[in-house]
Amino acid sequence: MFRSFRFRPRQLILAAILMLVGLAGLFYFSGTDVRLGTTDLTSLGLLAGGLIFYSGMLVIVAMFESETVLSIALLLPSIVAVAIFVYGFIGWSIRVSLSQWQGLLPDYTWAGLKQYYNLFNNDPRFLIDVRNTAVFTVGFILGCLIIGLGLAILLDQKLKGEALFRGIFLFPMSISFIASGVVWAWLMNPATGDRLTGINMIFHLLHLDFLISLWYTNPQPWGMAFTVIPAVWQLSGFTMALYLGGIRSISDDLREAARVDGATEFEIYRYIILPMLQPVTLSAVIILGHMSLKIFDLIVALGKQDIRLDVPGIYMWDTTFKADNYAQGAAIGVLMLVSVAILVVPYLVQNMRTETEI
Amino acid sequence: MNRRAATNALFYLILIACAIVFLLPIYLMVLTGFKPFNEVDLKTMWSLPTNGLHIENFIAGYQQLAPNLKNSLMMVIPEAVLSSLLGSLNGYLLSKWKFRGSNLLFTLILFGMFIPYQSILIPLVMFMQFIKLYGDLPGLVLVHIIYGIPITTLIFRNYYAGISTEILEAGRIDGASLIGLYRHIMLPLSAPSFAVVIIWQFTQAWNEFLFAVILTNQSHWPVTVALNNLAGSQLVQWNVLMAATLLAALPTLLVYIFLGRFFLRGLMAGALKG
Amino acid sequence: MSKKIYGLFAVIIAVATVLSACGPAATPTPAASAGGQVEVFSWWVGPGEADGLAAMVKIFQAQYPSEKFVNAAVAGGAGTNAQAVLATRLAAGDPPDSWQAHAGMATFAYANAKQIQPLDDFYAKNNLNSVFPKSLLGLISINGHPYSVPVNIHRSNVMWYNPKVLQAAGVTIPSGGFASWSDFFAACDKIKAAGKTCLSLGPEGFTAMHLWENVMIGTLGADKWSGLWTTPATTDWNGADVKQGLANYATALSYTNSDASTLSDWQPASKMVADGDAAFNIMGDWAYGYFANPAPNGLALKPHTDFDWTPTPGTQNIFVFLSDSFVLPVGNKNPQGTLDWLTVAASKAGQEAFNPLKGSICARTDCNQSLFSEYSQNAAKDWASNAIVGSLTHEVVSNPAWKTQIDTDLKLFLASAHDAAAQATFQSALAADCKSKGAGACP
Repeated sequence: MFRSFRFRPRQLILAAILMLVGLAGLFYFSGTDVRLGTTDLTSLGLLAGGLIFYSGMLVIVAMFESETVLSIALLLPSIVAVAIFVYGFIGWSIRVSLSQWQGLLPDYTWAGLKQYYNLFNNDPRFLIDVRNTAVFTVGFILGCLIIGLGLAILLDQKLKGEALFRGIFLFPMSISFIASGVVWAWLMNPATGDRLTGINMIFHLLHLDFLISLWYTNPQPWGMAFTVIPAVWQLSGFTMALYLGGIRSISDDLREAARVDGATEFEIYRYIILPMLQPVTLSAVIILGHMSLKIFDLIVALGKQDIRLDVPGIYMWDTTFKADNYAQGAAIGVLMLVSVAILVVPYLVQNMRTETEI
Repeated sequence: MNRRAATNALFYLILIACAIVFLLPIYLMVLTGFKPFNEVDLKTMWSLPTNGLHIENFIAGYQQLAPNLKNSLMMVIPEAVLSSLLGSLNGYLLSKWKFRGSNLLFTLILFGMFIPYQSILIPLVMFMQFIKLYGDLPGLVLVHIIYGIPITTLIFRNYYAGISTEILEAGRIDGASLIGLYRHIMLPLSAPSFAVVIIWQFTQAWNEFLFAVILTNQSHWPVTVALNNLAGSQLVQWNVLMAATLLAALPTLLVYIFLGRFFLRGLMAGALKG
Repeated sequence: MSKKIYGLFAVIIAVATVLSACGPAATPTPAASAGGQVEVFSWWVGPGEADGLAAMVKIFQAQYPSEKFVNAAVAGGAGTNAQAVLATRLAAGDPPDSWQAHAGMATFAYANAKQIQPLDDFYAKNNLNSVFPKSLLGLISINGHPYSVPVNIHRSNVMWYNPKVLQAAGVTIPSGGFASWSDFFAACDKIKAAGKTCLSLGPEGFTAMHLWENVMIGTLGADKWSGLWTTPATTDWNGADVKQGLANYATALSYTNSDASTLSDWQPASKMVADGDAAFNIMGDWAYGYFANPAPNGLALKPHTDFDWTPTPGTQNIFVFLSDSFVLPVGNKNPQGTLDWLTVAASKAGQEAFNPLKGSICARTDCNQSLFSEYSQNAAKDWASNAIVGSLTHEVVSNPAWKTQIDTDLKLFLASAHDAAAQATFQSALAADCKSKGAGACP
């Protein structure tokens, strides 16, 4: 690593100056209120000071003339940030989940695994949450993948107006989850008789009365499955874009060759394109999965805190911020992370292995 | 040829049916946004507003959102630009300058994407206070950039993995350094994935509420907080709320319309091929 | 291509900047010296309540021109954001200068965590002990030390009804209201026979608990209800009275609309009464403004002809109250500013400016009644003469932890078949909650 260290006095002086200026800036801005007109410059100044200090460090690192050292140094800000903001805070959550903290005053008294034990053994609500998350995650990911892929294949037919359709399918992504939950709750109103409304009303007007549904007030777990609809509405367009990008990047020669060999269009999709889309599917599953396991706003707006539609995110929010039970809230958060880990880590490890082999 | 026309017609039919289903909720939002308060009702959800369109809902919504619109822009634009630059640097280093443990490092960074934000609010606020970046927009920008690192790194790393190393080798023979290769070879090639990342980060940060309300003080609240505040604790004007929601979605929509093509091109170029 | 991207970005930024510049001036950043700011945290952002707050702020700015009021109101709507923001700031040691809290046990939770200070001197200086009702002072004090300044009083036990629906079904309300829930159920049978929903109900957020507390109070009476929450509890959670209350609740649920859990909030449930789809709706008196106010904040209905009100069954001489109050924090930036704000919030002028707009009555007993609506004037008379009990839904009688646990058990009950077995499960869960989350011994 240190084989090719070259001492350059000029650069050392530059580095020292940068680091000193950066440090001075940090101290100055953290000590006094600096304002330009009505704008508070404290946080900007601190960020700039930190950056100047860091660039001084980089100048020194560059003297090592080792690309590995330099690339680690360039990655360092991200590594430090993730170490603190992700792993540091997870550590904090784990510590709190092992404590007795109830009420507004922090209380780190050791309580062992009590919170976890309670959640799994005498908490009917948490069991509902686990079932609901499973239903939601499976339904949401499958729904987005199937609809997204279907739309992508349709749009791949080089039809006129493709851009317009693409825009329409992507549009719901720009609406916030809360607004989407509210509107879909209106659309999926289960009232019958003369209070019939929403989509059920449309079914009735189209003489499709057999389709009239209780929606998400169906008996569980089917009711929960309907909460997937707004989420799929919002993100199937994005999934479509992912797939369309994937399909378009497959060269036309390949398809042409298959056609020459006598393959039908269906066979081309089935045997050539779908297998090649597998990496896209994996990316989509990761991105959709991280949303679905943390889902919160949408279910709050849609389910109105109906416990039949409860998810861990809502339960954690309630225990932490409504009941001031910080220890239990942290335990739920940690369990959410663990469930993610169980789902994702095998994929990540697999991904790492295959790449190392190459 | 006839068969082709028939299938095409079928495809159009399906596409149009899908488009109607996709637009139905939007139509309902627009419709509600144009209604007077006393006509907002579940039973008459589909009826048109009487006495013409009530534009005043949109004006009222806009007046409530306007002070915060500037905050949102001042937060989202640097956030999207800086976080895509950082992601691209990370992606470049992690895909082209692999060292022992760089894959493990990438995996550890990626895992950060899954952290449930609601459970780390308290240490987050304490830490932001500690580094004195609490209460103002730069702090919020920093937090968005940091929690964006996993996904931006993922996208750029996958994209760069698809670019052949031969170009880099050629550059190296010409004597370019690690940073020189990035600036003169990789960066000019990265426009498509920049479009993907900028759009993604823009949408995420624009619609984000939790960090926004907790990390900034009242004079720096972005538009999502103002939007949330349109719903009172006891009375909700659904018509104004829907009008304002549509207004708040406009900037993202503009980004989609103008950058949508590049977004798709970026995806085609392999930004998310995994 | 990249040039195009930058160009488009420039256009978008330009358009957006113009858009934001055209709007009203951005919220001014508070003056340079931080000392003059009074940051007050509330969840008053909706129509009426925000106007009331603004009216009070106007008085504050006139009386204390050197202070700068910073309105840090966050809506309590989806996800009860307001509490989370406040809890996070308190846990991180950055309290606002004052914040809104429900008077009663909700405030005591802050006091027990040493986050707010007693207000004895403030009460003495402003002669507040003589202008607030004695029963209210008892509910906001620990060992005789008051911990918050109540601004308003809302009533929880109001049953709104549509006189035309009642007339068509041949139902008359006895003067003073239904004496018991069984009387009410008899009336419900008639309304059901006439093809209408008897009792409209909103989603589980808080309306289900709101109905629950009113059924319980109507069944138990004022003293036994209050006895559930004392230390130690004098009413047995496992007893026959609570059992009867839960049975009544199950029966009441059988008369409600099937889509209750999917409604946006309480408003669509109240609207069912306004539209004549339902006969009754039980909701706090903030619903009055929704029925009676002119557009755009209300339905502009005429009292007594389009809608009318009566106490909930079995609560003729009971006033179930909730109250919003402000507190004096420990360790905030501008303690003098807090005291100035509390002075205005407690004052006659402040409360007279706030309450008519909010649709509540004054916490003070000396407000000028001619400023208020007919409903509020009646409510003020009842407030002076009825038995006063606290609301659970709005955290007067229980601490937040206990309330949240009851809420979870209530929701589990709602998800059940509501039958005798589910009622028994619910009751034993309630008794267990009293032991684990309540303040003391439970029989």
